[in-house]
Amino acid sequence: MKIGVFICHCGTNISATVDVEKVAQVTSKLAKVHFSTTYLYMCSNPGQELIKKAIKEKGLDRIVVCSCSPSLHEKTFRKCAEEAGINPYLVEIANIREHCSWVHRDKKEATLKAIDIVRLAVAKVSRDKPLVKTYVPIEKRVLIIGGGISGIQSAIDIAFAKYPVTIVERESSIGGRMARFDKTFPTLDCAACILTPKMVTVSQSQYVTIYTCSEIEEVSGHVGDFKVKIRKRARSVDINKCTGCGACYAKCPVKVSAKFDMNLGLRKAIYVPFPQAVPNVPVIDRQNCLWFSAKNASGGTKKACGLCKKICNFGAIDYDMQDEIIEEKFGAIIVATGFTQFDHSVYGEYGYGKYKDVVTGLHFERMASSSGPTGGKIIRPSDGKEARDVVFIQCVGSRDEQKGVPYCSRICCMYTAKHALLLKEHNKDAQAYVFYIDIRAAGKNYEEFVKKVQDEYGAIYLRGRVSRIFEKGGKIIVRGADTLSGAQIEIKADLVVLATGLIARPETVKLAQMLHIPYDQNRLFTEAHPKLAPVETVTSGIFLTGACQSPKDIPDSVATASAASVKALGLLLQDKLEKEPLIAKVDRNLCSGCRACVVACPFNAIDMKEIEDRALKCKRDVAEVVEGVCTGCGNCTVVCRMSAIDIEGFSNRQIMEEIEAL
Amino acid sequence: MINPRTQELKNSRAESWEPKIAAFLCNWCSYAGADLAGTSRREYPPNIRIIRLPCSGRVNPLFVLKCLMDGADGVLIAGCHTGDCHYSEGNYYARRRFAILKKLFEFLGIDPRRFQMAWVSASEGDKWVKVVKELVEEIKKAGPILAKS
Repeated sequence: MKIGVFICHCGTNISATVDVEKVAQVTSKLAKVHFSTTYLYMCSNPGQELIKKAIKEKGLDRIVVCSCSPSLHEKTFRKCAEEAGINPYLVEIANIREHCSWVHRDKKEATLKAIDIVRLAVAKVSRDKPLVKTYVPIEKRVLIIGGGISGIQSAIDIAFAKYPVTIVERESSIGGRMARFDKTFPTLDCAACILTPKMVTVSQSQYVTIYTCSEIEEVSGHVGDFKVKIRKRARSVDINKCTGCGACYAKCPVKVSAKFDMNLGLRKAIYVPFPQAVPNVPVIDRQNCLWFSAKNASGGTKKACGLCKKICNFGAIDYDMQDEIIEEKFGAIIVATGFTQFDHSVYGEYGYGKYKDVVTGLHFERMASSSGPTGGKIIRPSDGKEARDVVFIQCVGSRDEQKGVPYCSRICCMYTAKHALLLKEHNKDAQAYVFYIDIRAAGKNYEEFVKKVQDEYGAIYLRGRVSRIFEKGGKIIVRGADTLSGAQIEIKADLVVLATGLIARPETVKLAQMLHIPYDQNRLFTEAHPKLAPVETVTSGIFLTGACQSPKDIPDSVATASAASVKALGLLLQDKLEKEPLIAKVDRNLCSGCRACVVACPFNAIDMKEIEDRALKCKRDVAEVVEGVCTGCGNCTVVCRMSAIDIEGFSNRQIMEEIEAL
Repeated sequence: MINPRTQELKNSRAESWEPKIAAFLCNWCSYAGADLAGTSRREYPPNIRIIRLPCSGRVNPLFVLKCLMDGADGVLIAGCHTGDCHYSEGNYYARRRFAILKKLFEFLGIDPRRFQMAWVSASEGDKWVKVVKELVEEIKKAGPILAKS
């Protein structure tokens, strides 16, 4: 056995705190190590050439690369070794950057630790076995969770490449948050005008299936072969029969406040959330529908309504519709679940959410919309009068570690500027006051837009926080400080608009656990690498787009959506999928057939198989690993009394060898 | 052949003694969390030696025993938070095994401080630093393992 040790300086990232020459010198004396050298950037082309040359010239048969985390360059060096003619699984990475040089200051200590880390890796590599990659077939379909602008864009891109794609949307129409916006910054395009054509495109594509009123129930399997259970909630209206004529909701006698319009307007118990809804098919809100409340009332004495069913010429209303569970297979999953608004009722200074005339940006958005509940008038929700003096407060929930979230929500500065502009456009006499901490307008034409709002639309920007909001004489009094002039300010406002931050949806944790993807302390999904893999997750075959990963504006959401669909398409374009061979393997001679591993396996990846035992001259059952299903977690190895089952690449012998080298 | 670690310990003993701790980290959460501590340049004591495993459920109690027998002064198992396991339930198995093993160690008279478990997610670089710092302090209080046996 001839082991080669290659130590990377990583510029000065490693060599500044680790004496790499000393590491090379000490490790070259380790048993079985035949050759040891250092290089400035081992992952660079010349670095890889150096490794290949050494493998060939020195006759090395396995290598240890001492560099950054294996999550970054393990693949690079495996490929490099393969090109030099040795099995790619005879390569180990000693992580002396993230786990050593970057976390220690003392050069002596760090060098000693680095030597130890390399010794462990050498011990492990000495027990490595050559492995062969396996291949699994791919289900050539993509699942998109969430039908907002991100999900829609992803679906369009995938359908354009002629691959089938399914959108699962919780609400009764796709469109998401963007469908509720009036205009978009900084170009002031009408949101509906640019979104609805896309909604129509997806709905008309033969490659796109849309499940609305639907949620993900269960996910199992792995990349190339995800098995997904989708719960399609009872819509009570048959999508195939309905023509969207609207007779039912014209006739419906029940009026309730519309969630889509931030409860500023009313809708019927059978309704489409907004006129451009896709599919343009109503849904019955069973909580408020008279037919259902009569049916659920004791004894059924109340007369059921049933008007919508009577009026419908197409027999589309189906009161008996039940939830449906659909089971489908997908090769890749794109998560586009978006965000929700921060709940400002935790802030006492803003009135704990009890003043009607203190609203959020999304309320303002609905009021500004000409198809919205106020017909495009900016009003005071308390008395319906047109608002003249409007105070906007930024960073509500954002950048507040105590009560909110520590991060900046990125879009609030811009949407507030847009609101200030829209206010003036809707009412020439109106005056906007904006309380801000910092203005963050990093984006193409963003800064110019804010400047325009200040200069041309006369919005008054006040740097400071609001200390109190209270009602007095029918006005909302906003008391705050202007830190630039040092003055106390009191504004008698008609309306206060809070720029509430973007936060993760409450159900993200449940979804993350179903998909086995990580999330951070703010419950936003975590990307595989913040810079180099921003739309991937560590679970292969699952991609992220839009605000479920971090707050994003529309251009960024669309960009990540296209990026995620390219990544998904890249997978689907493979004939078959390469699978890491780091999975469980059974030694039949040792297996006693006790089935402990079968029970312990979280993936049902172990079956029992009858074999002919020639030595014992009998038939007996042994465990057999289903290669396509095994994920290589190694739980089975611990329960095996005979040590008959082991994980390739993380075998008992390898780990024991590492421990001995401690 | 005498274990180099044992030799080292015999040579050093008391005054310049620094604990050596073996840590089994799951690949998906804790190893990535330790990586994040690196990328955020958070400093922590150099006493820890990390062994990367696919899952905390891969940790065989034998590994822990072997570490302590071979002269590690302490052993840490770190995995994903409950419910967040990349393999659904590996960390639940790990947690149960840990509980039993800890009881066994108590029975055997091994200082329970020597064997600890932590949940560190991929975004918790700071938590990883805290876990290591506290662990090193605890093990320092517990003293060298061979000196007591």
